[in-house]
Amino acid sequence: MTSFRRTNKPSHIDRSKPISFVFDGKQLSGFAGDTLASALLANGKTLLGRSFKYHRPRGVIAAGLEEPNALFTTGVGGRTEPNTIGPITELVNGITAKSQNAWPSLAFDVMAVNQFLSPIFSAGFYYKTFMGPLKKSWMMYEPIIRKAAGLGVAVPDVDTARYEQRYTFCDVLVIGSGPAGLAAAVTAARSGLRVILAEQDFELGGCLLSSGIEMLEQWRKSQISELESHKECRVLKRTTAQGIYDGNLVVLNCSPQKHPAAMILEQCRAKTIIFATGAIERPLVFGNNDRPGVMLASAVRTYLNRFGVAPKKRAVIVTNNDSAYQTAFDLAEADVAVTVAEQRATLSGDLLAKAAQFGIAIFPSSGIANVIGEKQIRAVRLAGRHAATIECDVLAMSGGWSPVVHLTSHGGIKPKYIEKISAFVPGGFVPSHFGAGGVNGTFGAMAAIREGETAARAALELLGFDKKLEVIELPAMREDRAYSIELQWTVPADKHAFVDFQNDVTTKDIKQAHQEGYLSVEHLKRYTTLGMGTDQGKTSNINALAMMADLRGLPMNEAGTTTFRPPYAPLTIGAIAGRSVGAHFKPKRLSPLHDWHVANGATFIEAGLWMRAWYYEWAGNSPETAYIKEMELVRQNVGISDVSSLGKIDVQGPDAAEFLNRVYVNGFAKLPVGRARYGVMLNDDGIVLDDGTTSRISDTQFYLTTTTAQAGEVMSWLEFLLQMHWIDLNVHVTSLTDEWGGMAVSGPNSRRALQLAFPNLDITTEALPYMGVMDIEFEGVPARILRLSFSGELAYEVHCPANYTTALWEHILLRADSLGIKPYGLEALASLRIEKGHVAGADLDHRNTLDDLGLGKIAGKEKDYVGKALRFREDCQAPERWSLVGIECMEDGKRLRGGAILFAASDEIKGHGRGYITSVTWSTELNKFIALALYNGGLKHEGEDIICAFPLKNENVKARIVSPHFIDKAGERLHA
Amino acid sequence: MRIPCPHCGERDVAEFRYGGDATKQRPAHGTGDLQAWHDYHFMFDNPKGPHTEYWQHTLGCRQWFKLRRNTATNEIEDGA
Repeated sequence: MTSFRRTNKPSHIDRSKPISFVFDGKQLSGFAGDTLASALLANGKTLLGRSFKYHRPRGVIAAGLEEPNALFTTGVGGRTEPNTIGPITELVNGITAKSQNAWPSLAFDVMAVNQFLSPIFSAGFYYKTFMGPLKKSWMMYEPIIRKAAGLGVAVPDVDTARYEQRYTFCDVLVIGSGPAGLAAAVTAARSGLRVILAEQDFELGGCLLSSGIEMLEQWRKSQISELESHKECRVLKRTTAQGIYDGNLVVLNCSPQKHPAAMILEQCRAKTIIFATGAIERPLVFGNNDRPGVMLASAVRTYLNRFGVAPKKRAVIVTNNDSAYQTAFDLAEADVAVTVAEQRATLSGDLLAKAAQFGIAIFPSSGIANVIGEKQIRAVRLAGRHAATIECDVLAMSGGWSPVVHLTSHGGIKPKYIEKISAFVPGGFVPSHFGAGGVNGTFGAMAAIREGETAARAALELLGFDKKLEVIELPAMREDRAYSIELQWTVPADKHAFVDFQNDVTTKDIKQAHQEGYLSVEHLKRYTTLGMGTDQGKTSNINALAMMADLRGLPMNEAGTTTFRPPYAPLTIGAIAGRSVGAHFKPKRLSPLHDWHVANGATFIEAGLWMRAWYYEWAGNSPETAYIKEMELVRQNVGISDVSSLGKIDVQGPDAAEFLNRVYVNGFAKLPVGRARYGVMLNDDGIVLDDGTTSRISDTQFYLTTTTAQAGEVMSWLEFLLQMHWIDLNVHVTSLTDEWGGMAVSGPNSRRALQLAFPNLDITTEALPYMGVMDIEFEGVPARILRLSFSGELAYEVHCPANYTTALWEHILLRADSLGIKPYGLEALASLRIEKGHVAGADLDHRNTLDDLGLGKIAGKEKDYVGKALRFREDCQAPERWSLVGIECMEDGKRLRGGAILFAASDEIKGHGRGYITSVTWSTELNKFIALALYNGGLKHEGEDIICAFPLKNENVKARIVSPHFIDKAGERLHA
Repeated sequence: MRIPCPHCGERDVAEFRYGGDATKQRPAHGTGDLQAWHDYHFMFDNPKGPHTEYWQHTLGCRQWFKLRRNTATNEIEDGA
């Protein structure tokens, strides 16, 4: 039994271009210009889905993105798209759609039993059942309930579509291309300024596409062709304005046609915005108003006039306003027998006369008592004075119109209620925003065109455009008739009178929310789930708010609306992510030596944004063992490691020494030229910001290094002090982090290695002592040798411009090959420094004071430095602070783990403990696991036994607190 | 939000870093007792409305500057 048919009337489908598509496995066909919904209706498919909670049969209700029920899963594999809105999905060849929320099939859904259980699924069901004494049972029932209630299901496959983002600017952005939007866009475009017209549909025209009026169609076409002639006007079809943000940033999501991207998210900065977003028709609320075949009157008209899809024989219309009569007359003209259940008692004479002409029966003071037919409407029973039962293929309902005030409300201006049209309109506009047409509550094409033109002229005036513009030509037709509506918000008693078709919220749920005290509209929403879901209550909100206002005896304005938030329509997460996925999720910083590492068997590890060589193939293939071989190489012979990611800052100027003396806690004023010094910086609050080594190159030039992690922060901090506070200091700082690379050559044989690499250089300990610095030339390229050690061994760092770093690295490897020099990675680098007790990023948790790290003694007593005052505040001097300690594992065969929670041996293993392990390694020197940790009271507890608890692996390991300097406490190796 | 860099002109906020309240006078180097630094560093108003702040054009010229921004609307006053 089919209840729809194609007409022969002229429409916006192209009957010469058939399109084939698949619905629930069946091959069907439609035409170019169809939507998925119109093609399904034309194929006689009216049962299109099952409802969210009760699994009731549902069909298409609307003809726009407000559609609550006709949602499908389209596509296959990674391109699967759940909750595709049927009425706005352009029909293209090969499209595959599946109905949702039905099992095993749409026609026979076992979960439909839920509708008989509806008393237990009423408002607040989850809260009442699972938040009280039965709270724990939620864990058990949740998967079953989630399966029973729902919409489309996301697939686990990776989305293979490409998403892009772009940034645009314009003078006038027009949102919506109905009569108001077209008139606004044409007027604005005539100025020659940059205009963007954004239309969600794949055709321009909005409600004009549904009018079936030849004069309006001609006008639409002439406006479109004029827009095409304006060079500075971009017309974006298939583009939804999702949100308005401060600074007139408008987020548009576009589904482009001839473009490799499936979707483009456009961030548009518009100097002015004209909202021509129109209005959405409201359903009426009566018993079984959700049956397939019950549709919005305007949607019935759209399917008829735009897509040439008409009800087979008979339609009943139920309305409280005049607009539904356009549907009635158009249906009658298409040979559909029409009966009108008119809720109002009286009707204006012109409508009565025209209805008589078409042979339309009107029952005044009537409503709908019930809808008969489960999977497809068969008849309706009228309520009121004329309790007749009328057979029909379609019931078209009109409860009035709700202007689309979503976007205009995003900035925080609440909509206001206008009694005359029984609707909320924008509560106001900021100076660069304008509204035109339906959004203002102006229903009628002629008036909308005039408002569109007026809005565009006002926008142009604001932009300072003062030339004369031609007036927009109006369609050659008579004026709009006045719009009249009479509301009955009284709530019908029927428990199957649906208010929210997507969330299965009935009048009964609203009454219950009221009875239980959930009175405000925001509470009503959260208690009943009204207005949630993919349609965000576009058809349901106003009806529900009105019912609640009625139950409370409040005027609509006082009841208010829920808050409108972006996005306006469902938006694929992929569009928000854009190209920032996978390898492009975040920027990747590569050392100048990266290619060498790749070619020489390095395994990499992410360190912040940096990709760093973790360990090398020569030492083995497992991170657990390779670093130990690399450590042994450094301790016993010589290794070379990439330290290019260190922050490097060139500090120059007559006051450079004074500047560094202020930012470091220790003295730099008297550092001799050619010497380096370890330094620590604090924040103003006395907490450690960073540490590093800084060398004096000349009287007025210093070479400052920072940790990899804090390089950006330190640079910004130095600039802040110099630019905003110490403007009297003549100093300039320049980051060399990316411009220069560096390598550490470490181990007892490191001097021999460098001597082989630079045979003409005097690097004896007399010429280059520990903490000495020497600028050299390597093949005509400037380079810098710094004798400093992170590992605790005799060691050097060699820095040079990034373009030459690989050449220098290869040169040292080649010349010192006879020694057995090999590269070592980040894991060994970090392990060596743990043995030496050097703190690094993992140990510095932005809560440490100098004293916490055992560095209090390096701070200058006499001089002033950043953070000095607050370093001595009471809290920072407290005796029981978490301070740096070393830890030795005391159990053979067991290991320490980073993040382990520390307890005293006598403690109960419970809670947050007395500290935690910050870095851990196997010590090749001590033959056991060692760690650095922050421990309550620090080294006061040296020698005490503790427990290292690691609950994730259920481990408790005995350990002992020791000095963090595990090797060479006297520093003899450094000075060798 | 777009921010007028005094050196480069108006740019997207993504190019900048926020540097906090700029209404306080930082004690000159070498001066200020614990109380003065405490008040400077920890005590802030949290105004809804116009507010003078530090910003840095980190992904541009690296200029630090003061900006008067409305914390409720993100409107930026000219000539701050």
